[in-house]
Amino acid sequence: MAQMTMTQSLNSALNLCLEKDPGVVVLGEDVGFFGGVFRVTDGLQAKYGEHRVLDTPISEGGIIAAAIGMALNGLRPVVEIQFADYIYPGYDQIVSELARIRYRSGGAFNAPVTIRAPCGGGIRGGQTHSQSPEAIFAHICGIKVVMPSNPYDAKGLLIAAIEDDDPVLFLEPKRLYNGPFDGDPGKPSVAWNGHPKGEVPEGHYTVPIGSAEIVRTGAQVTIISYGTMVHVVEAAARSLNVDAEIIDVRSMVPLDVETLCASVDKTGRCLIAHEATRFGGFGAELMATIQERCFWNLEAPIERVCGWDTPYPHAFEWDYFPGKDRVVVALKTMLGLP
Amino acid sequence: MTRQSRLHIPVSSARPGERPDFSYLQVSPAGAVARPSIDAEAGSIQDLAHTLIRVLDETHHAVGPWDPALSADVLRSGLRYMLLTRLFDNRMLKSQRQGKISFYVQSTGEEAVAVAGTMALNTGDMLFPSYRQQGAFLVRGSSMVDLMCQLLSNTRDMCKGRQLPVCYFSVAGNIAAISANLATQFPQAVGWAMAAAIKSSDDVAVSWTGEGSTAEADFHQAVLFASVYRAPVILNVVNNQWAISTFQGFAGGECLSFAARGPGYGLASLRVDGNDFLAVHAATTWAAARARAGVGATLIELVTYRAGAHSTSDDPARYRPVDEHRSWPLGDPIERLKQHLMVLGEWSEDRHAKLTEELEADINAAWKEAVSYGTQSEGPRLNTDLMFDDVYKDLPPNLLLQRDQLRKMRS
Repeated sequence: MAQMTMTQSLNSALNLCLEKDPGVVVLGEDVGFFGGVFRVTDGLQAKYGEHRVLDTPISEGGIIAAAIGMALNGLRPVVEIQFADYIYPGYDQIVSELARIRYRSGGAFNAPVTIRAPCGGGIRGGQTHSQSPEAIFAHICGIKVVMPSNPYDAKGLLIAAIEDDDPVLFLEPKRLYNGPFDGDPGKPSVAWNGHPKGEVPEGHYTVPIGSAEIVRTGAQVTIISYGTMVHVVEAAARSLNVDAEIIDVRSMVPLDVETLCASVDKTGRCLIAHEATRFGGFGAELMATIQERCFWNLEAPIERVCGWDTPYPHAFEWDYFPGKDRVVVALKTMLGLP
Repeated sequence: MTRQSRLHIPVSSARPGERPDFSYLQVSPAGAVARPSIDAEAGSIQDLAHTLIRVLDETHHAVGPWDPALSADVLRSGLRYMLLTRLFDNRMLKSQRQGKISFYVQSTGEEAVAVAGTMALNTGDMLFPSYRQQGAFLVRGSSMVDLMCQLLSNTRDMCKGRQLPVCYFSVAGNIAAISANLATQFPQAVGWAMAAAIKSSDDVAVSWTGEGSTAEADFHQAVLFASVYRAPVILNVVNNQWAISTFQGFAGGECLSFAARGPGYGLASLRVDGNDFLAVHAATTWAAARARAGVGATLIELVTYRAGAHSTSDDPARYRPVDEHRSWPLGDPIERLKQHLMVLGEWSEDRHAKLTEELEADINAAWKEAVSYGTQSEGPRLNTDLMFDDVYKDLPPNLLLQRDQLRKMRS
């Protein structure tokens, strides 16, 4: 087993897919010669050539549309949108076209496009390099939405996404590229090296889309999260010494409702944490589903810890980020702790 | 002197009750435009974006370097497909008025665009039409019964009841599923063509969009990608003068042609008489040969006129003179090809009348069969389970649950 950062494990996934399937192509801004601004596609153009790893114009709508056309012609394109914040020019192509080609053609055509997009904050990126738009896409029928929280899942999920015959939006919490992050910006950076999820097989494997992972079992409260916040809620539970069951959603669409609800039925309490804004956020869907399914086993109202309902502010990054303190406050409230 | 900034609000040349006025239209004489070699540098043929490629002259003869010299059989085939398209449209319009189908879009007056364009291509070339290129489906061999079943959203509907009428597709005919969102498939055609080149295949992708839709970002993305990668794609702008109620000036057509947008992106661009079957065929043939030779993409503006309403939900009498199409300087594509064949001694009024009768009988027979598979108001209905299929390849848990909920309500 090798030690990899998330950047390296994603690169490994792309490398394996390009090697295995001549139909896989990678396209996006700066992904070719340069290897991507986050280095995820580093070395791939040199290895697979300019017809397999394509630099593109700065045109997210054009990139996604071109990928759709390529997919209709039998390729498996993997698009990189440089920042999830820049995906909106391609939104119509995703919503009206990519997500619906199979449906509107009665199943005759499909477009297996994977769209990778770095998301989330904590990197001093301000409002234009920090967004978490998962809810905007989870609401769309016909596209799958996933977000890994560690190098192992990142590689397995990315391979699964590329091999999936449905389109997949693959959101990469960029704060986790080089190491886990517990939400405390004052601490020195931690590397993936040494983290159990930094151990990544060099070969091919998949993490199935549609399955959540119980990161840690517990009896007192279920904490449901994904992306960077998985590490934050772990730190919060640890600091309070709470016996929390922590679940990494991993896949927003399809959603592993059974794993989530079985846990809440067991613990009777549920905290949902995500970086994206609260109003209409994906946490609202989680909350509604759990309320419908687990109402008679709930011993306290379901709580949410999310980004405030504002754009991601540059100067107030750590007041905005739903860090450990806010998770701790929510847990205390739910558990009646002093 | 003080000067106030003012907006220029484009005003169409004639409104209801006024005399049609097409003096704005720049028309070149038939045969007057040079035909460059297919590997000409885009920058060296920019004039072709401003002139108008025409082959059929006022006396119905084919003249000049763009004459594709098609055999009489091919010409008769073209006439047949255009006539079939028009008669099919007429019959479906009637069916919509009778309440049998919810909605319809005619291509009356611009049949040459899809028919000649498709006939000039290889069958392996992939088409990404908009909703007004039904002629392409007829040329590529879609059965009228299949098309009608789609219009009826009945038990044989290829789209399984999910799409607005006219949003057909054809897997066997290599025609993508029509979206109905405007211009979204223009850049997809470029991507398809890029894949063809990546796979080292000989195939070309072709798309059509309206002049009004060139205002969408997708148009610009398409021409940019087509130009940057020199993809084997033909991008057709069907300038039929009207985008529902707004005339082509509102899409920016007042100063320069739509074809003129190509050279700015470095694309070879042709402005073509869209009602001249021979000119459309010749221009498409040139662009396809250029694409196949690896020289690159072509933007083609097909100048035509939307003689019918935008759709059955539209009433053009409210925004343009009702008889405007009669004054259209480029005439009618079917009439022009018919006259050409007669000048060649290869057609006659008698044969035309007989063909019309024969095609109408075919259409009526197809309609009779199509309605036997159900209509919106009577006959067999689609199973509502189909609503949940094909959102994804496999039904996720939430859709399985919802399908069961609906089943229980229906039982």
